[in-house]
Amino acid sequence: MKKVVCLVLILLITGISFAAAGQRGEAVEERVVNLFGPFVDEEARRFEEAIRPFEQETGIQVRYEGSGDFETLISVRVEGGNPPDIAALPQPGLMKNFAEQGYLVPMWDSLQETVDSNYAEVWKELGSFEGVPYGVFHRVNAKSFVWYPKKAWENAGYEIPATWDELEELMDEMVANGHTPWAVGMESAGATGWVGTDWIEDIMLRTAGPELYDQWVDNEIPFTHPAVKEAFEILGDIWLNPDYIYGGTSMILTTSYTDSPNALFADPPRAMMHRQGNFVTSFLPQHIQDNLEEEVGVFPLPAIDEQYGIPILGGGDQFVVFNDNPDVREFMEFLATWESGELWAKAGGALFPYVNQDLDAYPNEIERSLAEALVNAEVFRFDASDLMPGPVGAGSFWTGMVDWVGGTDLNRVLENIERGWP
Amino acid sequence: MEEVSKSKEPGSVFQDSLVSIGRILVSVSIPLIAFLVLWGGFLFLRDSRAHQGVIAVVAILWGVGGVALLFFMADWFVNRFPMQIAKKLQPFVFVGPALVVLGWYLFLPTVRSLYLSFFDAMSREFVGLDNYIFAFTDPKMLESFRNNLLWIVLGTGGAVGFGLLVALLTDRSRFEKLFKSLVFLPMAISFVGAGVIWRFVYAFRPAGEAQIGLLNAVVSFFGADPQAWFTLRPWNNIFLIIILVWLQTGYAMVIISASLKGIPSSIIEAGRIDGASETRIIRSIIIPHIYGTLVTVATTIVIISLKIFDIVFTMTNGNFGTEVIASMQYKQMFRFYHYGRGSAIAMILVIAVIPVMWYNLRQFKKREVF
Repeated sequence: MKKVVCLVLILLITGISFAAAGQRGEAVEERVVNLFGPFVDEEARRFEEAIRPFEQETGIQVRYEGSGDFETLISVRVEGGNPPDIAALPQPGLMKNFAEQGYLVPMWDSLQETVDSNYAEVWKELGSFEGVPYGVFHRVNAKSFVWYPKKAWENAGYEIPATWDELEELMDEMVANGHTPWAVGMESAGATGWVGTDWIEDIMLRTAGPELYDQWVDNEIPFTHPAVKEAFEILGDIWLNPDYIYGGTSMILTTSYTDSPNALFADPPRAMMHRQGNFVTSFLPQHIQDNLEEEVGVFPLPAIDEQYGIPILGGGDQFVVFNDNPDVREFMEFLATWESGELWAKAGGALFPYVNQDLDAYPNEIERSLAEALVNAEVFRFDASDLMPGPVGAGSFWTGMVDWVGGTDLNRVLENIERGWP
Repeated sequence: MEEVSKSKEPGSVFQDSLVSIGRILVSVSIPLIAFLVLWGGFLFLRDSRAHQGVIAVVAILWGVGGVALLFFMADWFVNRFPMQIAKKLQPFVFVGPALVVLGWYLFLPTVRSLYLSFFDAMSREFVGLDNYIFAFTDPKMLESFRNNLLWIVLGTGGAVGFGLLVALLTDRSRFEKLFKSLVFLPMAISFVGAGVIWRFVYAFRPAGEAQIGLLNAVVSFFGADPQAWFTLRPWNNIFLIIILVWLQTGYAMVIISASLKGIPSSIIEAGRIDGASETRIIRSIIIPHIYGTLVTVATTIVIISLKIFDIVFTMTNGNFGTEVIASMQYKQMFRFYHYGRGSAIAMILVIAVIPVMWYNLRQFKKREVF
């Protein structure tokens, strides 16, 4: 009996002393902003590098935590009542979900002014839900680019095609020379299919134009609409022709998107072109990355219908606020300025949308030309599959691409994708 | 005690009532204090921004100490009762915490999933059986049911069959330990790890290139064209199931082998003297003897096959007609954020597992494990 009482007393005393210790811990004021995002490893390092000037200047510590499973974890954390102060959301749909459920803090006036003066209007719209702006874009990507091995092209005498017809002629010329025009790889673990949806989106923008594209994103026209079908057919002329694709459809389905550009730089090159976003440079072989300007050439995917010009398709992470406090506000204002991206732009591998950015900061001619194309593009559209609700954009559209490449009838594929709409 | 009651004096009535008031106070205040200590610890752990090392130490003290405290409290409380009643209450002091934990972490979430399965994506509006109708009509779901059935039949059959075969064969071999270690080795590999390994086995390169995939290297060696194995319907399911068999054969073998050692050699010798062939001995003596073990092993692997997720998710992501139920549930829940459908699929999985569990428990009971 005595022992029990003793034990209780001991536990009681330790408990109280720890509780007291805890209170003392709280009294020490630390200025910390917790940030959660999808970029990891090298990208996370470059991001942390880019925001260091802010930390030094203000004394606010920004604790960045990245995860490859970001999209799953952020929802778990938010719904578990434990959101980060700020999160970097790669998909506008995720932002809309959180905004609809009232988890997000809308942009305050001064931040809105900063965003208005530093960004093209399209970025503010992309960060808004029902007219209320929430998200600030930082690093973005642009995807409508075709990459080629410069030296192999010089040897074969290939010229950059200015129109879609010229592109088709070029493909036939390559086949006639015994070359394979394209390297395509769609495998991306849980996200397999997005490479295909990107192609369809790029073709949609070029054949149907931005207005129809927006209607398509909002499901005002269905997937079975002739314009969508036409985009698939144009893509099918390339993808389903075994002469045009290195390894044919089997290779499209089983090669990871990070491996497939390697085919361009093998000896001899297995393929002559690869369509991918600016981020492709980070997974090229190291010896190519080291001599990027000599080895790699890039041009925007040509126009198909002249009236729509060369639209740029892209995406980006938007930063949204869950917990409002002065430190968080200060950091968000910083993110909305070119200063927050400059160091990352210099380090390479990232594009920024700021209208007042200094293009000379980019480390090579390639990234400079991409940034220029992005800032100057008349039409910029966000990746449609990222805008569509999850069951389509990260579901039936992806699996539909896989089924279609695997040989399923196009009409059935389009019906299946359409059925995914909630 | 006796002496006290004998020498009862008028003043002691007051003393007695003081004691009983004290007892009541103690029995109320001690649980209260214990509760406060635990609650304080909880608040500290939740809100503190102290050094992580400090928090870790407190968490350990609070967790372990808290459990001990609760146990002593409960024990002390039960001992306040008369002997007869205390004896009957005592077991619950031990079982109680386990019941509470099970209830909180298993039973309640299950009930909640059941509840959510009748609501829409955001768990706001009641939709009746819509989610279940989806689960039993959606083409991808039907594909999953078919595939899970394949996994159960071929996965379990393969693992138990090979396990039995290896156990029987190594039992008669001089190199038993070596063989068994080799077969058992994959058990140590996680499902995702196995996925990475088998990716290399099934890797595909176009004809004419150096084949880095083992299977395609073999196929090319014999002059055939390399294949993208994952895309070949419906065989790709079997290529995936082979991975499960590879992983689980070791487990089946070890358990079956242990059970084989338990068969008295006299019975087998008696069979041999009676002139029974080796297959007859296996069929009529060995199998009936280890039947209970076979059932246990088989049900375990059936449950693994029902819940199969990692292999499919890492290898094909359910594409090319290889979707399974658990992967559908994950996608509905965490990619499409449709909690209703996700919960409905989870409930279907739970209901599918129940008969297997029940059968398994009944087998245990027969063997008087419980």
